[in-house]
Amino acid sequence: MTNETACMQFQPKQYKSGVKPVWCPGCGDFGVLGSITKALSGLQIQPENAAVISGIGCSSRMPTYLSTYGFHGVHGRALALATGLKVARPDLTVIATGGDGDGFSIGGNHFLHTCRRNPDMTYIVMDNQVYGMTKGQASPTTGPNWEKGKLTPGGTGINPFQPLVIALASGANFIARTSSSDSNGTARVIMKAIRHPGFSMVQILSPCVTFRPEQRDWKNILIPAPMEATSDPAQAARRLLTDEGLYTGILYVGDRPAYQPKLESSIDNIAELDEEFRL
Amino acid sequence: MSGSIKGPIRTIASAEELLAYSLALETEAVERFNDLADQMEMHHNYEVADLFRKLAKIEGLHIENVNKASAGKQLPSLLAWEFEWDGGESPEGGAMEDAHYLMQPWHAIELAMQGEKRAVAFFRHVADTATDDQVLKMALELVEEEEEHVALLKEWQERFPRPGKGWDEDLDPPTMLE
Amino acid sequence: MKRQNLSIALTGSGGSGVMTTGNMLLEAAAQAGWYGFMGRSAGPQIRGGEAVALLRVSSEPIESPDDSFDLVLAIDPGSMCRFVAEIPLRTDSLIISDAEGGRRSSSLPETPAKVVDLPMKKLAKTVKGGRPNMIALGAVAKVIGLREASIYSILEKILKSKGPEALEASWACVRAGFAAGADLPKFAGPPINNESSQERWSFTGNEAAGLGAVRGGVRFVAAYPITPATEVLEWLASSLPKIGGVLVQAEDELASINQIIGASFGGTPSLTATSGPGLALMTESIGLAVCSEVPVVVLDVMRCGPSTGIATKSEQSDLSIALNGLHGDAPHLVLSPTSVTDCVFTTQWAVYLAESLQTAAIVLSDQSLGQTRAIVNRPADIAFLAKRRVPEQFEEEYYRYAVGDSGVSPMSIPGQAGGQYTADGLEHTEAGAPSSLPEDHFAQLEKRERKINGFDYGEHWADLEGSGETAVITWGSTTGPVREALSRLREHGEDVRLIAMRLLAPERPVEMAAALKSVKRLLVVEQSHSRQFHRYLRAAYDLQAEVRVFNRPGPLPFRPNEIIAQLNTWDGGAKT
Repeated sequence: MTNETACMQFQPKQYKSGVKPVWCPGCGDFGVLGSITKALSGLQIQPENAAVISGIGCSSRMPTYLSTYGFHGVHGRALALATGLKVARPDLTVIATGGDGDGFSIGGNHFLHTCRRNPDMTYIVMDNQVYGMTKGQASPTTGPNWEKGKLTPGGTGINPFQPLVIALASGANFIARTSSSDSNGTARVIMKAIRHPGFSMVQILSPCVTFRPEQRDWKNILIPAPMEATSDPAQAARRLLTDEGLYTGILYVGDRPAYQPKLESSIDNIAELDEEFRL
Repeated sequence: MSGSIKGPIRTIASAEELLAYSLALETEAVERFNDLADQMEMHHNYEVADLFRKLAKIEGLHIENVNKASAGKQLPSLLAWEFEWDGGESPEGGAMEDAHYLMQPWHAIELAMQGEKRAVAFFRHVADTATDDQVLKMALELVEEEEEHVALLKEWQERFPRPGKGWDEDLDPPTMLE
Repeated sequence: MKRQNLSIALTGSGGSGVMTTGNMLLEAAAQAGWYGFMGRSAGPQIRGGEAVALLRVSSEPIESPDDSFDLVLAIDPGSMCRFVAEIPLRTDSLIISDAEGGRRSSSLPETPAKVVDLPMKKLAKTVKGGRPNMIALGAVAKVIGLREASIYSILEKILKSKGPEALEASWACVRAGFAAGADLPKFAGPPINNESSQERWSFTGNEAAGLGAVRGGVRFVAAYPITPATEVLEWLASSLPKIGGVLVQAEDELASINQIIGASFGGTPSLTATSGPGLALMTESIGLAVCSEVPVVVLDVMRCGPSTGIATKSEQSDLSIALNGLHGDAPHLVLSPTSVTDCVFTTQWAVYLAESLQTAAIVLSDQSLGQTRAIVNRPADIAFLAKRRVPEQFEEEYYRYAVGDSGVSPMSIPGQAGGQYTADGLEHTEAGAPSSLPEDHFAQLEKRERKINGFDYGEHWADLEGSGETAVITWGSTTGPVREALSRLREHGEDVRLIAMRLLAPERPVEMAAALKSVKRLLVVEQSHSRQFHRYLRAAYDLQAEVRVFNRPGPLPFRPNEIIAQLNTWDGGAKT
């Protein structure tokens, strides 16, 4: 790029580590990777001051492809890793990334409680309604009638998990849904999410072209929600009642204070702790 | 492969702004084609990887043209995502989802051609809604240019066989990594 | 000189305040210049159930229960029944009981001891707002030779918040009890020594572990409450904020272990505390810490297992899972304190080692150490402060997992420009990129093993005492009774060797061989039904001697005479 647009110190490209992703061509996660780099560039966050934390799954490979610090942890526990890091290092920009299985099945408990706790971080969930990495099982967000899952051949028959509903009910401070095919729009939402204090959750519908090729059609059927973001949880809840998972945009922007214990000594010397034991 | 173009949300007001959009369009295209070339290499589809590299080079030449046209001008500084493309993605940049690890050269050029067609539609819309003479003139030039690109790609594509049924058949099942 | 000591049990039920009384007695003992400790046992009710305070007081520091109790004070007779096995008595032991004490008539259990009646309930009624346990306090104090005045200052301290009337009533009861105690048989306690210049402390093993952790540099704790570890967390929750640290109550153990890994990745020494069931949940992620080389300390305050087991009772049956519970080949550290005081040192050392070696350290304490309050000499200050190897400058490319000589590769901290890497549970290259190649797997496995095996742990791996041909080898809380047994034997001229292990992983074959040199008979002592320690020793070390095992599961503690009996039955073993 030439001219004035190149005057920023950190261009999106600089946030890519250069490691070539192993995702299948056509995977929506490529778009998300691009969006994250654009968002970090937009905020001019120094790569060494950001950490991207993930669990297990195709989308959890994300940290390796970024030039920030990263942690590729175990299945379902990204939010716990991220919470510990953020509480101990409030100066860092902490982003958790993962998929619908990692985040809402095994990670469901941590998802719920992290929304409650509301630490200042951003959670990006690449939702493709399937377990891609383990060859195509139904995930918590898969509809009840999808019959291609080998472990659930007649369809799961159970209600899918509703991430935005759970996020809202548990107290997340910023809730949005985007489509991975809208890389720039997603970048804008991620920037807002990072800027917004407290726990920001962005559900990105990101097609799995290998196990759910029909999801290539998402870019044609997802539409921007015909309304602005609300800061009224009740209104957000009403919208979710009729949400069929096809609206994109920012649903809710709240004002709960973020969880961040102060890390300041009130005594001069650790030896003062001995006092209570002394006879 | 994609929906209709509805054009940018606001009217482009100046030649400089139009050049900025044009530059962004070509720059995103270079990046996209290089990304696609990387993906093809990772999946051992070397013929198509080379093709995407060529396409990236061609788009690079287009950038040079835009820079020539911008000589002496002060372009507005917009961040990549501040551009208001229809559908959110730059016309030539948004085709990542149409890739496939077994895609054939015919597909690759088809992908590029669709991008050029979207660019044509974009600049035509700019021309149709232009209120500034310079913008109109430039937009029409750009339409012509992009139409040329489409023709060139069509010619190139004819050198390759159109893939028949079963082009995406892989006898091996997917691998489980973790 | 034979040490003077007394073992006293106080039992009661239905809100009789036995624990409070026991604590006051222990404090009074401390003020009198005595050492001692108090353990406890209780029925399953949250409140109002049977309870017993188990005390031992002595003129010198003690770490073990005695063979039997000298004195039992039963506020009501029935309350003692549940605890018969935990209060072994002799024919010259004394039970002071209140026949009218219970709400319903009940009787004492059958024991060889003498019984004397003290109408505590009736006496308490003579004081407005009086309580039988305060009568008991006064009576015991008199019987064992404590001074009336010393009790008052303790009452004041503990009952301050309840108001002047409560204090008055309690004091009146104590004096009445003291007076009644004049007619009871005396048990000579140690001589009063108010002039001791030795700085002494009172703390529990759980508090001691917390102190060790923060002295070692821990400033972040995430944890989930579980018996009997909760007090560690309570102490840390109030102490960490004073020194710029924090404790986060997490939603479960899986969150706890991962939060501390995250905080440690960010550069802050971190710890969690749990018990057996929690450790079992954490094993997957402890393996993550090992593979990604992020230092963490997991304190396991062991209780009876398996599964939910007996939450309130001690056992040494988590050794196997601590040593072998991580899937894959995941070398890490396992340590265990040998006494309440040693909880400070061993936890601090564990933090130091985990940080130096960039790995996970599991510290095995247990309920009998954790929940026992002890009067001890001031724990020594030790120089083990967490010191992680952090790169100071960066080359073109930073190799987080570079193999190197020692196996410890410098660990960059987020915020350091040029040090960016992705920590990974996946096997990886030296640069940290995921790899499934055999050479990378081998190189990293070898690196992680070498860094731990090649470290110089010095002399702290075990406490070695004595030099006889017969040796007793043990670990953790069984060390106390073993030490006392051996000390008695020594008084009779028998030199039996002690090996009390503190570092259980990695194995120390060279040091162990030296420790076992010339040993012909080796007695293994452990509190585990399936002999986990014995099996570990057999697998890890060359045991040339004749080996016998003295083991049983929890909940009953080992006593010195049992260990002496084991040695006595051995031909060529100790003879007393």
